[in-house]
Amino acid sequence: MRLSLLIVLGGLATILIVTLFKGLPALTLEMVTQGPQGGFYLGKGGGILNAILGSLCLAGGATLIALLISLPIALFLQPEYAGRTRLATFARFSLDVLWGVPSIVYGAFGFTLMVYLGIRASLLGGIIALTLLVLPIMARAMDEVVRSVPAELKESSYTLGATRLETSLGVVVRQALPGICTAVLLSFGRAIGDAASVLFTAGYTDSLPSSLLRPVASLPLTVFFQLGTPFPKVQERAYAAALVLTVIVLTISILSRLLTRSFTKHITK
Amino acid sequence: MLSRALRERLSSQLMQMATLFTILLTLLITLALYLKSKPILDLHPLEQLLFSSSWHPMKGEFGLLPFILGTLWVTGLAMILSVPLCLLSAMYLSEYAAPRIRAWVKPLIDLLAGIPSVVFGVWGVLFVVPLVKDYIVPFTQEYLSFIPSLATTNTTGYSLLAGGVVLAVMVFPFIISVAEEVLCAVPGELRAASLAVGATKWQTIKHVVLRKASPGLIAAVVLGFSRAFGETIAVLMVVGNVARIPTSIFDAAYPLPALIANNYGEMLSVPLYDSALLLAALVLLSVNLVFTILARVVLLGATKRAI
Repeated sequence: MRLSLLIVLGGLATILIVTLFKGLPALTLEMVTQGPQGGFYLGKGGGILNAILGSLCLAGGATLIALLISLPIALFLQPEYAGRTRLATFARFSLDVLWGVPSIVYGAFGFTLMVYLGIRASLLGGIIALTLLVLPIMARAMDEVVRSVPAELKESSYTLGATRLETSLGVVVRQALPGICTAVLLSFGRAIGDAASVLFTAGYTDSLPSSLLRPVASLPLTVFFQLGTPFPKVQERAYAAALVLTVIVLTISILSRLLTRSFTKHITK
Repeated sequence: MLSRALRERLSSQLMQMATLFTILLTLLITLALYLKSKPILDLHPLEQLLFSSSWHPMKGEFGLLPFILGTLWVTGLAMILSVPLCLLSAMYLSEYAAPRIRAWVKPLIDLLAGIPSVVFGVWGVLFVVPLVKDYIVPFTQEYLSFIPSLATTNTTGYSLLAGGVVLAVMVFPFIISVAEEVLCAVPGELRAASLAVGATKWQTIKHVVLRKASPGLIAAVVLGFSRAFGETIAVLMVVGNVARIPTSIFDAAYPLPALIANNYGEMLSVPLYDSALLLAALVLLSVNLVFTILARVVLLGATKRAI
């Protein structure tokens, strides 16, 4: 058993080591502060700022929209609203199904939807596909947190004459805030690292993100495309981009852990 | 200023709408994929599309079998590699490890669950593919080539095995994290009762803890499976992408998600091509649906039987 744990940890450690050792030498200040310049994909100057900003816009937009949809869902699944009705059971089941849908299917569905609506590959399209991807992740996580709020806490609010809405916003959300933040940050991390769903929907461009209806670059696709070129100089950039992506994701995930620990001002235990 | 009662009613309606939206979304995705793949379903019977191995889009032949088998092989390999390792690791963490070790390892594994799949792909290209090419293939060809599923002529390293290893490592954190939680949730009294009647630690684990935790462990494995099954980019980068039915774990393969990712959006000029690709997406969706339902049934059965 100890051996298998060591194998598992060893396998995961080599990933970090490989990314770090291959990425660090190629990572320069130019890489993260400039967009690609002429001949970038043949190994000339420039950086991946377009992809970094693009990824942040995509993931940020998707996380925001998903938050606006999944918080009401999580609150609605409380016993006071949907309770143990068939609707709640069915909604939880659909969330489970959506959770398992591969991201490439969201990408293909998003693209079909965009063709139907007449949108070209753009920031908006990418945000739509990513929203679909993170919505079930976020809603399920929030549902768990909201459900763990003690019933006594809510009951004391009802006793004072508060409505369900006032209780939900004033008591439940406050009590569940650390968990909600974790859910949001985890979704953001998931959204920024996903390549398959933005492959068709967000497109790719060398310019910085400027409009909702223009294509944007994203970090996972930068890694993917540059690794596929035959030039070693360009491949090195893929390693650097992979390192940047890993650092962003790990920072978010550590941040969410710290937040959960320190964000407990309003919590009753 | 809205009255409190009105605000309460309005907000309740809004929340209900958001919830209905998710249910609708599930149906909408299924319906859209079905409608889009209907043109090809009208022309060819479903069995022929799923079980024919001739993939010649230019001639109008769309047999998805090589891709379906590719997906099954890669996912199966990944599960064979990862499930025993993960269950043993989870058992070690929950039953044997000192609290200090667990306090360190658990967050670390959760942290690693967030690594983007494309990074796993890069790791696969840089580490797993050369490993397969330089060490594993020469070794098996020398000593083990009499086993048919180990013989191959593919020496590039981009193979089913590479895809399976990358996927296995990718699902490690997911399975371990859930399995460890499930094992820790087994009440301590049960262990104490078993130990009190003289069972050894291993007997206790085998007959009490594992039995109690088995539905949850199955759920953990299904979770890992559904994650591995639809994974696109990481697999696409290491699996070789050759549209042929694989016969050995060192052969290149072409799983369904990779097929969609490589061709969708570009090949739309070939008639019926997009229809065939969306059928592939529909197949992925259906398998996921079946597994979600299965996991539900297992868990439901377990809660009914629970003491």
